[in-house]
Amino acid sequence: MVAYITPLIGGVLIGISAFFLLFFLGRISSVGGIVWGAVSAQPDNAWRWLFVVGLVLGPLLYHTLLDTPYPQASPLQWWHAAIGGLLMGFGVKLGSGFTSSQGVLGIVWFSARYLVAAVIFMSTGIATLYIVRHLVPGL
Amino acid sequence: MRNVIALLCGLVFGAGLAVSGMTDTAKVLGFLDVLGNWTPDLAFVIGAAACVILMTFPFVMRRKSPLMSLRFLLPTTKFINGQLVGGAALYGIGWGLYGYFPGSAMSSLLYQDWKTAIFVVAMLIGMALANKVSAN
Repeated sequence: MVAYITPLIGGVLIGISAFFLLFFLGRISSVGGIVWGAVSAQPDNAWRWLFVVGLVLGPLLYHTLLDTPYPQASPLQWWHAAIGGLLMGFGVKLGSGFTSSQGVLGIVWFSARYLVAAVIFMSTGIATLYIVRHLVPGL
Repeated sequence: MRNVIALLCGLVFGAGLAVSGMTDTAKVLGFLDVLGNWTPDLAFVIGAAACVILMTFPFVMRRKSPLMSLRFLLPTTKFINGQLVGGAALYGIGWGLYGYFPGSAMSSLLYQDWKTAIFVVAMLIGMALANKVSAN
């Protein structure tokens, strides 16, 4: 159980952040949507950019204050990143706003839409990893 | 003040991702590796976040409006259609290929690995493409 203390603490922080964003600004913390809003220059945009700045500075605070090392860089190829990012971005927008964090909200609100999305992206995620890691290693 | 809150929310969110190990692609991919060396960390992150949200959201939603905005802007789409199914499927493939979701990719920019920057740029291109497709 001790090994799962940090995931639990991290999850609590993420939940608190979602609560604050909804309570103060009335927004759902969907990072994909916020980042897209920031770069596509929507009106009333400063808060989005600051949220993104916070996303990067938050880990800096954690690693610096608690003196924990950065995680190891991914051993995967650049094109894994390129194709992975492309499909993820396309998928998020096509599904018009379900995200991993909204997946959490879906669980909470028992929204069929989010639960369906979560089951599907878990399944294709597991299948993709299985193919890349076990079936065709080195792909 | 709204901007300060937004910065703070980003900070706490990003710190949460780093603390929980979700900025480590190895851990996130490990969660998907159910037939290999499974690492359940992500389930604990989601569970803890869901608990906090469960406890706090009813209190928020009893209010007529948020504290610093005119109204709540919540997702309104309720139906399940081909776009949702296709979008979720592609999202999962992207997740399984590299081990980031949008939040963890943004936070991981801190680590200055150029492949993370490629992931983020590709993600934005993907969003722009999907916007074009949905608009037509």
